[in-house]
Amino acid sequence: MAKLAWPGPDRRKNIGARISRLDGPEKTTGTAKYSYDMNREGMLYAKLYQSPHAIAKVTAVDTSEAEAMPGVKGVYIEKDRRGEFPNITYAGDIICAIAATSEEIADEALTKVKVSYSDIGSPQMNDNDPSLISGRDQSKEQGDPDAGFGEADAVSEGTYGLACITHACLESHGQMAEFKDGELYVWPSTQNVSGYAGGLARAAELSADKIHVECQYMGGGFGSKFGADKWGSISTILSKQTAKPVKLMLERDQEHKVAGHRPSAFGTVKIGVKKDGTITAWDSDIWGSGGMGNFRMPPLPYVFTGLPNYRTLGRGIKVNRGAARAWRGPNHPQAALITMCALDDAAHAIGMDSLSFFKKNLHLTDRPEVYAEELDKAAEMIDWKGKWHPRGENTGGSMRSGLGLSIHTWGGGGGQSDCAVTINPDGSVVGRTGTQDLGTGTRTVQAIVLSDTLGLPVDKVRIEIGKNSLPASGASGGSTTVGGVSSSTRDAATQALNALLEKVAPDLGVEADKLEAWDGRIQEIGNPSKGMSWEQACSLLGGMAITKQGSKDTSDGTILTVSGVGGVGIADVTVDIETGMVTINEYAAVQDCGLIIDEKTCESQLYGGTIMGITYALYEETVYDPATGAMLNPDFEFYKIAGLADVGKIKVHLMRGPKYEDRGVVGIGEPAVISQGAAIANAVANAIGVRVPELPLTPDRVLDAISKGGVA
Amino acid sequence: MSTKNTKHEPSGISRRGFLKGVGAGAVATGLLQEVSESAGIAEAATPTTLGPGEIPIKLNVNGQSRSLNVEPRVTLLDALRNRLDVTGTKKVCDRGTCGACTVLLDGKVVYSCSVLAVEAQDKKIVTIEGLGTPDNLSDMQAAFIEHDASQCGFCTPGFIVATTAFVRDNPGATLEEVREGLGGNLCRCGTYAGITAATFEQAQKGGA
Ligand code: FES
Ligand code: FES
Repeated sequence: MAKLAWPGPDRRKNIGARISRLDGPEKTTGTAKYSYDMNREGMLYAKLYQSPHAIAKVTAVDTSEAEAMPGVKGVYIEKDRRGEFPNITYAGDIICAIAATSEEIADEALTKVKVSYSDIGSPQMNDNDPSLISGRDQSKEQGDPDAGFGEADAVSEGTYGLACITHACLESHGQMAEFKDGELYVWPSTQNVSGYAGGLARAAELSADKIHVECQYMGGGFGSKFGADKWGSISTILSKQTAKPVKLMLERDQEHKVAGHRPSAFGTVKIGVKKDGTITAWDSDIWGSGGMGNFRMPPLPYVFTGLPNYRTLGRGIKVNRGAARAWRGPNHPQAALITMCALDDAAHAIGMDSLSFFKKNLHLTDRPEVYAEELDKAAEMIDWKGKWHPRGENTGGSMRSGLGLSIHTWGGGGGQSDCAVTINPDGSVVGRTGTQDLGTGTRTVQAIVLSDTLGLPVDKVRIEIGKNSLPASGASGGSTTVGGVSSSTRDAATQALNALLEKVAPDLGVEADKLEAWDGRIQEIGNPSKGMSWEQACSLLGGMAITKQGSKDTSDGTILTVSGVGGVGIADVTVDIETGMVTINEYAAVQDCGLIIDEKTCESQLYGGTIMGITYALYEETVYDPATGAMLNPDFEFYKIAGLADVGKIKVHLMRGPKYEDRGVVGIGEPAVISQGAAIANAVANAIGVRVPELPLTPDRVLDAISKGGVA
Repeated sequence: MSTKNTKHEPSGISRRGFLKGVGAGAVATGLLQEVSESAGIAEAATPTTLGPGEIPIKLNVNGQSRSLNVEPRVTLLDALRNRLDVTGTKKVCDRGTCGACTVLLDGKVVYSCSVLAVEAQDKKIVTIEGLGTPDNLSDMQAAFIEHDASQCGFCTPGFIVATTAFVRDNPGATLEEVREGLGGNLCRCGTYAGITAATFEQAQKGGA
């Protein structure tokens, strides 16, 4: 019988190879259909009307003039469960929606909506003032911090922080909804195909089994697209009301305002350190905002959880902006920035090279050996030895260069997933899972696992995903997808193969136990002459295909996915001290990835994470008018994301070999994006000699820090 | 972020200004002339009032002549996507910042969100669908796949149209020229490493 456990390196043909993503031909030719691309005969376009006020009561919504416009077919007015207008809590809150025969008519109709407000209030928009703290203290203490500070030769103290940013998915949130024969069909842009329908049951007035969800391609989620959301309900209600298909996709400004914010975090950290680099104590006081929702303190001290003496305090500030949503690696970029910058400052306080300082303290982490190897690798990739200089040392002229590093961790164990694999008598094979491919390569990963398990080339198997009629699979969040679907696929494929081996055994005169699937054949283990082609073997199935269902929690309990990885980033930057511009010269990303299924798409996660990380390190922040609460940069002109020329030379390295890969599969979408803020901020401090306390490292912040002194 | 974008200027028409005029139901002569000149619609166009209702137009999309009715305020992007169901061209910012809507207009790279459909009449429009198909990929499309230059893929069509024109216009371009030349498109997933490699490779191959 074929074993469930992952095959050893000599038995992997596709697993771990460089395989191009299978949906590349569709994505590169414009034939991939995203939710935004779903058009139907007679389809209406719905658009949202949002409050310009941050705090107000809605007293009346008059849509009569809009409704009178030719082409306007449906109107939705937001009410709470008591049937009253909800209170407005941020500028951008949804008040009503219009469905019309064209986008232009819907847009124009929105200009004719009249909303009356009372109790227009002043919003609270400041998320970086500890005097505004509200809500519960979150604190942690270990050892005796005061005694620890007493033992220190030096105490370094600094302020650190990151502004609120948005997800800014290029395909905005939304869906197309269509009722047919009393059932609802929706095409949402979602990270959660199997779990999406329930969120529409109320709006559709249908049980979830009558709601059919499909999402084959989606244009980015990054943690913001788990639920059906208000706009999902609204398009459903409008579709029901008008008996027409309705497409509602957020406008670009709405995407920024309502569809997801990463919480900000600011604060002070004090570190006690001995001359030899021993850390004796940590004390941090952190505040920040998750909008009107709760603030969760980032996990501090980050990675160096074995610090003997520490005290942490975290407190939230309510801000009248759109709700926070999970943002790729929730709370880890914040934790990394605060921890790794504070540690870098501590190294500087005792005049130690930060690479040596970090290495000296790796015993305080969960995986000292991994980080040590990764730091050495990254240092070699960036030429740390050749390029490093003490902080602020004049590298000549107005262009100052510097190096900075950071380390990070993430879980990434597989989430719940079921997969059904069918082997047909004609030899065709299909794996079916109600999962989604966010661009992470889910399809490709499943095809690689399925084909390798059956001894076939990748193009001999087919994968179907993206529908909630398929075996349920968890939401794609927390880097849980690859571990989940690779496990369920391996489980289902192994069971199906074993059923096939049973069928074939009598014909070959070899016990099923002694058979293997290898190189397009079913054969006696290690003996190609005693075997038959895959197609011949399948033809023995007669009229009956084999279908087996597998799960992340596998049929015989074999564990195929594990949690917990470490990674390292080192940035090499140049800062123009006259303009404050930061340029990324190089960035080295080194990552422990567990068992790598597809080296190519795995590397892409590291490239992509690094670029997203450079973007929040240098450019991204939401800006609000303090008086009205209006977001001032809900676009891509003033909400900057890095362009192709802004990211420097990125070098990625995946840790490979039995020590890393024998553990099983781990997802790496999140760890890929955690260290950049800290590494780049540390590189800037190294270049200019002073700490720029907050991200993004915009020219004004850099010049401000320089003007406060320290530049040689 | 990059500002240098010599080969990839969007069409220089102020869409909002034009919309205002059309929306009011009377196009000021001066405005239309300005539009005509900058877009090069016709050398000696006689000012005409179009709209505000739908008017019949013809668009030449990927070699096919397509007839449709649009209000004059409809952008080429919305005409392609909403009227003709040519959806490979994506809408992201709808205001000339991101390049997701990039198409070729008589061979010139334009942001289709910043061109009116009525302006695109009598011109050859090439969208991503016109460059190749899954069974017959263009060299650039194949290079994007080989270098894994798309993740979610939403920016990919715009990038492929832009890079295809870039290598056509800049055969033998250096890495530096590739970086500088492709500042007009944005990707959120962070596929720039693959895009740079694919474009550089194609430019080195001669860019045909
Ligand atoms: S959609 Fe046209 S440039 Fe962004
Ligand atoms: S691949 Fe997702 S935006 Fe570029």
